[in-house]
Amino acid sequence: MTDPNAATEFSQVGESSPAQNPADGPHKPRSLWGDAWRELRRRPLFILSAVIIVLVVVIALAPDLFSSRDAGFSDLNRANESPSADAWFGYDNQGYDVYARTIHGTRASLLVGVFATLLTVLIGSLIGIVAGYYGRWVDSLLSRFGDIFAGLPFVLGAIVILTTFNAPDSNPSEFRIIAQVVGSIAVLTWPVAMRIMRSATLVAKQLDYVKAARGLGASTARIVFRHLLPNTVAPVLVYATIALGAAIGAEATLAYLGIGIRSPVVSWGVEISDARDYFQNVPHMLLFPAGFVTVTVLAFVMLGDAVRQALDPKAR
Amino acid sequence: MGRYVLRRLLQLIPVFIGSTFLIYALVWALPGDPFAGKCGQRACPQAYVDMMTAKYNLDDSLIVQYFKYLGNLLSGDFGETFSGNAIGEMIADAAPITVRLAVIAVVIEAIIGIGAGILTALRGKGFLDNLVLLSTLFLISLPVFVTGIVAQLLLAGEWGIINPSVSADATVGELMVPGFVLGSLSMAYIARLSRASISENRRADFVRTAIAKGQPNRRVVGVHLLRASVIPVITFLGTDLGALMGGAIVTEGVFNINGLGGLVFRGIQQKDGATVTGIVVLLVIVYLLMSLVVDLMYAVLDPRIRYD
Amino acid sequence: MRRSRWVSAAVMVTSAALLLTACGGGTGGSGAATGAVDPDGKVSVYGTEPQNTLIPSNTNELGGSKAMQAMFSSLIEYRSDTGAPFNLVAESITTSDAKVYDVKLKQGWKFHDGTEVKAKNFVDAWNYGAYAPNGQQNIDFFGQIEGADALNPGEGKQPTADKLSGLKIQGDYEFQVTLSAPFSVFLAKIGYLAFAPLPDVFFADPKAFTEHPIGNGPMKFVSRTPNVDIKMTRYDEYQGEDKYKFKDLEVRIYTSQETAYQDLLSNRLDFIETLPPSATAGGKYKTELGDRIVEGHLLGISAISVPYYVPGYDNLDLRKAISLAINRDQITKTVMNDTYVPASSWVSAGIEGYRPGVCGEFCTYDPVKAKDYFTKSGFTGKLTIASNADGGRKEPLVAACNSIKNALGVECDFLPSTNLGQFRSIVVAKKLTGMGRADWAADYPSIENFLNPIYKTEASSNDSGYSNPAVDELLKTADSTADKAAAVKLYQQVEDLVAKDLPQIPVWDEKGVGAKSNRLKSAKLDFGRYADYSSIEVIK
Repeated sequence: MTDPNAATEFSQVGESSPAQNPADGPHKPRSLWGDAWRELRRRPLFILSAVIIVLVVVIALAPDLFSSRDAGFSDLNRANESPSADAWFGYDNQGYDVYARTIHGTRASLLVGVFATLLTVLIGSLIGIVAGYYGRWVDSLLSRFGDIFAGLPFVLGAIVILTTFNAPDSNPSEFRIIAQVVGSIAVLTWPVAMRIMRSATLVAKQLDYVKAARGLGASTARIVFRHLLPNTVAPVLVYATIALGAAIGAEATLAYLGIGIRSPVVSWGVEISDARDYFQNVPHMLLFPAGFVTVTVLAFVMLGDAVRQALDPKAR
Repeated sequence: MGRYVLRRLLQLIPVFIGSTFLIYALVWALPGDPFAGKCGQRACPQAYVDMMTAKYNLDDSLIVQYFKYLGNLLSGDFGETFSGNAIGEMIADAAPITVRLAVIAVVIEAIIGIGAGILTALRGKGFLDNLVLLSTLFLISLPVFVTGIVAQLLLAGEWGIINPSVSADATVGELMVPGFVLGSLSMAYIARLSRASISENRRADFVRTAIAKGQPNRRVVGVHLLRASVIPVITFLGTDLGALMGGAIVTEGVFNINGLGGLVFRGIQQKDGATVTGIVVLLVIVYLLMSLVVDLMYAVLDPRIRYD
Repeated sequence: MRRSRWVSAAVMVTSAALLLTACGGGTGGSGAATGAVDPDGKVSVYGTEPQNTLIPSNTNELGGSKAMQAMFSSLIEYRSDTGAPFNLVAESITTSDAKVYDVKLKQGWKFHDGTEVKAKNFVDAWNYGAYAPNGQQNIDFFGQIEGADALNPGEGKQPTADKLSGLKIQGDYEFQVTLSAPFSVFLAKIGYLAFAPLPDVFFADPKAFTEHPIGNGPMKFVSRTPNVDIKMTRYDEYQGEDKYKFKDLEVRIYTSQETAYQDLLSNRLDFIETLPPSATAGGKYKTELGDRIVEGHLLGISAISVPYYVPGYDNLDLRKAISLAINRDQITKTVMNDTYVPASSWVSAGIEGYRPGVCGEFCTYDPVKAKDYFTKSGFTGKLTIASNADGGRKEPLVAACNSIKNALGVECDFLPSTNLGQFRSIVVAKKLTGMGRADWAADYPSIENFLNPIYKTEASSNDSGYSNPAVDELLKTADSTADKAAAVKLYQQVEDLVAKDLPQIPVWDEKGVGAKSNRLKSAKLDFGRYADYSSIEVIK
């Protein structure tokens, strides 16, 4: 997925319904989340995606369990060799072991996904809940402010931001390289999370017990955290799962354009961008890391899809 | 309706200024020296820097610069690149190609997406349904450049069906494969969207009524069901057209299409700020107008929605 | 530009044994393609969008030069194969003191609009280029002419004149150039595009001119579509001896070399002066192109500078260790696929005074010795090599880093910049945090050009911040030595001194590999990586 913004269309399909669920179902003895969990466990797609995600997370946490070679291993004598028992994914044009690099690249790619999503969701939710709760001019102001960022095409905006911030330093730290990519993804996608949160808040605000709490004089903080948040968290969670996958895809795309994560950090995107000029002769250079990206993104998208359906009683 | 349109248009103004100012500031203000590397291995002669500084008003404060730029823009002057080409003309050359590509992508995604959506919605659960659902998930997960490169490798490299690159004319035929690649992501969304929408409407009262009246199945589906279900799909297509124009950078890069994406990407690399801001401004306008049009289309298509 | 004094009797009298830049006259063709030559053929060459306006004094990069060099002829020109200069528009250029030059023009030369090429056209064009408010990129080329300071007084000052006092018109076909100080290399420079004449119409409306340049060269302007092409056709009244053997020239603008290469393979493009990385990968180009490969020899050198100002790097043992740890043979073979050859000197092969193996044992891969020197150096921490990552610059340096890492057992990272501009601004500001790429392309083929700009204290491209009084002194002596052979000897001594200090580590030498279509009978690549248009012949 090139554009994490696109995740919104996906999650919006079932966006409003989960928020209404608790109101719909007082006659049900089980909670919404309990129901959803029971539902999920029966879905093969959920199990499959959960297994993949757990595996990827384990790889990211302990890459050395999976590869005895480190990412920097290189042997020019074997440059461009095809996959073999020695190097499962073959060697690239620098004599790097593609398997070792892919395994060691998992961490950076996943970090980008997790932190970009976290940042997006935190900023977006905060602004969204404020906009939805206060309404009127606050809402208009914040919504227009969000539009400013939403109006920029994602890839274009990211290129401009990253080109600008890549410039000055000849030796940026690894933290900075990753933070720049995370930041630019978050800056351009938070309006999506904000819109989802805002509309969920608008719906939740009208619920009787929220009105009652207000009438009883509960503090704003109490209303927001005790009553609104639990009701609005479901659609945002669905969005976050899919957006996480999308952010990993975006990292790869930005690297492909030569402006994302770069050496000395190793990520799937870095491998993909290294392969750009050579994949025609050495396809395994591109296909393995791209395959990892695709499968990981797929796992998160499937997970999000499954959670969305589980939370939506109508879809059952 | 008129007041609604007016209000929306007025709201567009601050958004437009915000977006374009953001880009303008990023391009011109932050990188420090916009002339670094413009003169090969050597530093630029001071005389050259002075002239260019004056030409692009770089001595003014950022706000003043920006409004001078905006003023020129409103009088139809996009400015000049460092090499003295009129940016307006370059955009005029490149824009039709990008528009063509985006339209082809939208048409392809509409035909395949809606087709798959109808098929799965009417057939109900089963193998086909699962297949389509899975393949849409897969398409969504593929980064565009992977789709593009694989298509290029197979179609151009292995099988020799197409040229690996698109010529300067960029005919409709040449743009079919790039259009497919560009549209593949949205295709998946459309399939899901139309499936969900049809499934929902099948249970709607007006469809039940039509069936109860004894209308033939074909008419129920063709006239009542599809017309109502297509509304969210069309609105999606509308916003997508705007988004695709800006999102075509990667696809244009893979297939070497001389569209706006290529122009803006080169502009960024060569630090030609005027080109970048010019195109971004244009894309932002297109995007904002498309979302307005889409909202208005809701009202036209769906009798239940009224503004004012 | 470069400061050097390189005096030679032969140079004084006529032109000079200097050469290069670009288009060039020259002898016919190489290449084995058969068939009759079509004098009215059409040729398309790979091009990139010009970065500046199309005025000779504002054109200094490949994109614009490709078209401009066909449209403009300067006083002298260089033969692309031997580098020998010959008079083009000039009838003669004479000087007695390397300070005052008398230029006589040939009569009968005309601009494409029919007006005659007179002394005035040169003088006006040079004045225009030297005048600061015109902001021409090549303004520094005129810096040595007397009075240049008045036209270009520097930042924040207003020019006090708009004419160079060192230029005097002495008749329709004669003018005199006075320099502010004796400078024999000036003769090498006046073949540059920047010194081309401009017709009177230019001064009436420069803006219109840039959209439709009118020159005096072998080709005249037909049309230009930005980002698409620049079209030219033969100027039949051209007077120079380097007439082209085809009729129409199209510089076709590509955004990617890859596309251009694909077009070349399918004969939709006739000439490309460089190959994309995807074609060189795995040596694919050799089988794909066969006898369509056009090999040249570029006058340049690729080196890695080891800055003295970076903590820990001011250490001769470390320099030796690094140089010994780079497996030049293997990298040029596997990573660059024979488009480069290993370098062992600080001067490019093909330059008068070049000696192979000046670097000696230190440019020969020897991991054991490298490790010894590294241990001796006591260096701790991480080594880095910085460069711009585009245009295939990254791969060889990543490989060099890995070679160093594997031999020395020290961490080595490649630090990419997005483009050359970004990288150069880091280097020029002396902000490197480790080693840096230091490639040098000669301005003119003289050994002097490989030393003065790079190793003199505070010289314009002294990337490593090298300063050795002995080198400075010897360079000064060499610059003012009139006898050419003696001067070359002195320059060689400078190279020997540099070899002892290793301020820059020579790594490889680019061959310059281009390609032509089946339609061309012959085509050549000159020293400066340009197509030698006059060598191109089209098959009927």
